[in-house]
Amino acid sequence: MDVGTLTQQFVNAMTLGAIYALVALGYTMVYGIIELINFAHGDVFMAGSFVSLWILTDFLGFRGPIHNIPELAIVLIVSFLFTMVVMGFVGVIIERFAYRRLRNAPRLAPLITAIGVSFIIQNVIQIWRGPAQLNSPQLIDVQAGFFVGTAFVRWISVFVISLAFGLMIALKVFVSRTRLGRAMRSTALDREAAQLMGVDINTTIALTFFIGSALAGAAGVVQGLYYGYTFFTIGFQGGLKAFTAAVLGGIGNTTGAALGGFTIGFIEVFTSQAGYANWSEAIVFSILILVLVFRPTGLLGQAQTERA
Amino acid sequence: MNPIKYLSARAKPVTDPSARYLREHQSLTVVVGMALATTLLPFIILFPPFSGFSPQTVWVQGFASAGIFVLLALGLNVVVGLAGLLDLGYAAFFAIGAYTYAYGASPFAGTHFPFWPILLVGALVAALFGILLGAPTLRLRGDYLAIVTLGFGEIVPVVFRNADTYTNGTNGIGGMYRPALPVFGTFLGLDPVPYYITVAILVTLAMITLYRIQDSRLGRAWMAIREDELAAASMGINTITSKLLAFAIGASTAGLGGVLYASKVTIISPDSFGFTVSFTILAMVVLGGMGNVWGVAAGAFVVYEIQSELLKQLNGFVQNLNLPAVNIGLMTIDISKVDFLQYQFLLYGLALVGMMLLRPEGLFPNRRRQQELRDTDDATAANEELAQG
Amino acid sequence: MSDVARESVLRTVQLTKRFGGLIAVRSVDFDVPAGSISSLIGPNGAGKTTLFNVIAGLSDPTTGFIEFLGRRVVAKPERGWLEPVMWVIPSGALLLAANETVSAGLPQAVTGIVLLAAFAALIATLLLASIRPTWYVVALARLGVFKSARPNDMVAAGIGRTFQNIRLFSNMTATENVLVGMHRQLHQNPLDAVLRTRRQRTEEAEGRQEAIKWLRYVNLTGRDDAVARNLPYGDQRRLEIARALASKPKLLLLDEPTAGMNPSETAEMMKLFARIRDELGLTILLIEHDMRVVMGISDRVTVLDHGEKIAEGTPQEVRGNPKVIEAYLGKGAL
Repeated sequence: MDVGTLTQQFVNAMTLGAIYALVALGYTMVYGIIELINFAHGDVFMAGSFVSLWILTDFLGFRGPIHNIPELAIVLIVSFLFTMVVMGFVGVIIERFAYRRLRNAPRLAPLITAIGVSFIIQNVIQIWRGPAQLNSPQLIDVQAGFFVGTAFVRWISVFVISLAFGLMIALKVFVSRTRLGRAMRSTALDREAAQLMGVDINTTIALTFFIGSALAGAAGVVQGLYYGYTFFTIGFQGGLKAFTAAVLGGIGNTTGAALGGFTIGFIEVFTSQAGYANWSEAIVFSILILVLVFRPTGLLGQAQTERA
Repeated sequence: MNPIKYLSARAKPVTDPSARYLREHQSLTVVVGMALATTLLPFIILFPPFSGFSPQTVWVQGFASAGIFVLLALGLNVVVGLAGLLDLGYAAFFAIGAYTYAYGASPFAGTHFPFWPILLVGALVAALFGILLGAPTLRLRGDYLAIVTLGFGEIVPVVFRNADTYTNGTNGIGGMYRPALPVFGTFLGLDPVPYYITVAILVTLAMITLYRIQDSRLGRAWMAIREDELAAASMGINTITSKLLAFAIGASTAGLGGVLYASKVTIISPDSFGFTVSFTILAMVVLGGMGNVWGVAAGAFVVYEIQSELLKQLNGFVQNLNLPAVNIGLMTIDISKVDFLQYQFLLYGLALVGMMLLRPEGLFPNRRRQQELRDTDDATAANEELAQG
Repeated sequence: MSDVARESVLRTVQLTKRFGGLIAVRSVDFDVPAGSISSLIGPNGAGKTTLFNVIAGLSDPTTGFIEFLGRRVVAKPERGWLEPVMWVIPSGALLLAANETVSAGLPQAVTGIVLLAAFAALIATLLLASIRPTWYVVALARLGVFKSARPNDMVAAGIGRTFQNIRLFSNMTATENVLVGMHRQLHQNPLDAVLRTRRQRTEEAEGRQEAIKWLRYVNLTGRDDAVARNLPYGDQRRLEIARALASKPKLLLLDEPTAGMNPSETAEMMKLFARIRDELGLTILLIEHDMRVVMGISDRVTVLDHGEKIAEGTPQEVRGNPKVIEAYLGKGAL
């Protein structure tokens, strides 16, 4: 593989990884705070792509690339904000109605509920927009780019990667410096103690879902911009891969989720490069299984030894 | 708190005489019950409104297929309801059973073995895979165990899809030979009855077997593991063996179902064994009342019939009503155009969420399970109230 | 004193257990004489329950070992890596053989059979590794592989236990709880159960009789079919003991068995312990905080503080020991 291809694939991997990372963050934050694998999270990502498709195509009427930079910027900001806010609220609603009552139930019940919610979301989207694959306007011209040596780097990739990093840094700052962020961290560590210290658990958990779902929504917008299409089943597969990323990085650890996302992106891209594209799913799931069996705390977690 | 303890059931301690009689003569009850059901069902559907839906032969074929899913649900019940291991990839064993039949009696494999040996081999091979796929999960906690089994459930069809030389890839394996049995005749020639009876017999045997295991040392071990795995191990139970046995027994049942399924439809492809199948079976088990053998069987039967018959009928029914389309905000809902079959998973999803919130013990619970479920939240709910107040 | 001459049922040698930076149990040498009631006491955080958990097989020691009835049962695992290697060898070899058959041009059926054999070998080794039959463990020991006993192995060896925060099977009846305790005493296999062989039916019926016998032994009457979580506290404690006794142990580990009991209940329990020692010939090791029990019933007392053994002897000897008083009441209490 020459340097040019290598660089290009590197960029592709980072872009794909960015998408996974954004979704993985939601998984890891929710798990960290209520120890629930939110099965429906992948479908929030999928729904996000449909919502952004709607607002861009049906509401604003865009079909193709926008070359006027200020206009492009405004449209992007609007679509991202809109989608993220809508998906954020969707996440909050799901938590409020499906998960809150089961907060103290053993984890099986909310897990089954989450699977149910996942199916509900998939089918609602299917009723709304039909079962066929839909094309999404790629506002940032996917042909536009620049050369780095022999490699052609596209602007869309630069955008996605920077966006992802921007959002992740913003999240980190929020969680470590603000009062609400502190509330989230303390609830994740010890819910009862946080409650006794006056933290409003319900709001904190709702906020966590909001942020996680908003990030997934952003990933959904990216899906449309980068790939140009969406489909009501992308949530399931993509969700599982993003979950693998979260577990790989250490579930509950946001830096880990980001790291895991990029790792999975790399694995997927370079597996395809090596000619095993068909097996990429199996490979990613095998990684999930291996991590859970041999190092369940993930790369950035601490290994624990305990025997039953 | 152990997750499955929350949702699993057991027969309540027997104190009144009639219940005791039924419990002591469980096998007899099962045989009589199943015999009654098997003989009556083909006749019940001769009455309206069922008679309007489909002719009798189609109904009976449907019952036979429902029977396969009952078998699957019974098997998953062992893993999830009795042993407390949430298996989300159960369809993988179903696939293995089906492909075993394909290797035993199809032009693709160039073999044509008789039916009953393949049935046995299918169950055995599935049991082996149950052990193989269950082994890595043994030390995992409830939700991680679920995800790993889900992963396996995804990997198995991918393998079948890609290992072209061995499995004919996405095209699947077709043209399998229909079994011919001396007593019953060829399956599904024009007469669906032999198949129906075979399935009914296997289901009966499965139910008897499962009841007996439930009431034995192994069944108690499973229950103890469900309640408190650490304490169970400290009482001498080899939790690894017990869990592997649960996986093996559960998987072998799915293997049986797979062989039956393949012999019926004669064409299988990897796409028929995805997560939606695993989910459907799980839904059957949860809705029917986990751990309760009859409940699960009834639940599976009902769910399958809804899926295959009633939803179809609902389509026709609603279309005939000619309701106008309705605008809700941005969405236009035109009921007469809705294909209910497509959206059955929406119903499952709603049903499952509803069940978990309102009636987690299932539609046909046992008293003990209700007891388990109703009391668990009280103390913690009270604490929460105190802290917030 | 005289109990040095008696045989020890259990012996810990330089037993240490670390959790990261915290040393919970530090180089403890202690033994439990056969047929005695020995007590393990010490202030909270002294490491008593950790020690119990290591003895019961729930936790691997960091260094040191434990001998039970003269046999080393608990120690830091040695050469654990050898076992997975052994899993891979038979199937790996067969896989290589399969490869050979392909290159040698043998018919596909032969390759198929060899592959199947490789698969079967893998399953067999995995099963052996999980079920761990005795001959397998012995064979591994010859190779220098030592894996510490798991809790269910300890029960097989002859140790029964109760828990500090009662761990009954809450939704099973009292009888069923005891039946689970008898798990290793019953020998039916699932096939027996399915076929309802005479052996299984008899074993079940006799098992139930014996379970009820144990319930009576600990003075639980009229509760046979009561669900464990509905039993009053004292009955639950006694049920836990009945369950432990049902496994016919030689050593009974009781973790704070009289916690939360009033004086008369405590006195009843003390009588029960004496009966267990005298009538059944068991050895008892107690963790206790209630000094009446410790002083009243123990043949020997061992005191731990901050993970170290600071005193050992008869109740009288220990009571007067200045180090013990200091541990409980602090410096300057004398």
